[in-house]
Amino acid sequence: MMKKHVHLQLPSHTDYLDVIREFISKLANEAGFDEENVHKIALALDEACTNVIRHAYDGGDEKYVEVEAKVDRRGMTITVSDSGRGFDPDAIETPNIEKLLAQHKFGGFGLYIIKTVMDDVNFHIEPGVRNQVQMTKYFKKS
Amino acid sequence: MTGFEVTQKMNQDIAVLYLKGFLDAHTAPDLEKAFKDLIEEHKYNILVNFFDLDYISSAGLGVFMGFIEKIRENNGDIRMSNMTPKVFKIFDLLGFPKLYRIFKNEQEALTSFTE
Repeated sequence: MMKKHVHLQLPSHTDYLDVIREFISKLANEAGFDEENVHKIALALDEACTNVIRHAYDGGDEKYVEVEAKVDRRGMTITVSDSGRGFDPDAIETPNIEKLLAQHKFGGFGLYIIKTVMDDVNFHIEPGVRNQVQMTKYFKKS
Repeated sequence: MTGFEVTQKMNQDIAVLYLKGFLDAHTAPDLEKAFKDLIEEHKYNILVNFFDLDYISSAGLGVFMGFIEKIRENNGDIRMSNMTPKVFKIFDLLGFPKLYRIFKNEQEALTSFTE
């Protein structure tokens, strides 16, 4: 297994979501993940970046989202960073679609998806300074 | 891994939307527009065929939630068909089958509107 460490910085705009997915899919595929896990990794990264683009900077596209991906013998770890307003990771709960609809909320699924499709997810939140979502997919889930 | 297309075909009084490609936060507004247009035209019986949809993220799921209330208030519904297992898993993960009727194929879904 060849170790890899890649760092990307992209404008905080949805225009680049397809590029981000393609980049991480290629890396995950080369690392040896099967098709299902490549999809999960790309989805998790899409969700993390979409959260930054939509919420961290109130939609402004003059800012950046940073993506760091590391592959080692255990798996792939992706860190998504921004310097926006942050969020409360403890507030993530299993979405109740009936309740959300009744409250006219049509989102809030992103972090739940990330936690579900990845093996290990950690948050480091410093609003306005540095917010990070770190997620890992292991080659074999222990 | 780019691009998204939505095309529409009428089947009697049911509007069928065919989705193709990648539905994410960038392309979700295209689907929103398709729903808005149908509502403006008072077409409230809507079937979404996912056969050619390769990818969906939560931004895409949010679109279906945003219009369902208005459509059901007008005695219509959004029903879904032909999802690949990969796309269905995402809907299922978030509990959509509780609130939306999802069919294996388009014919079953069309027939359900006459029941």
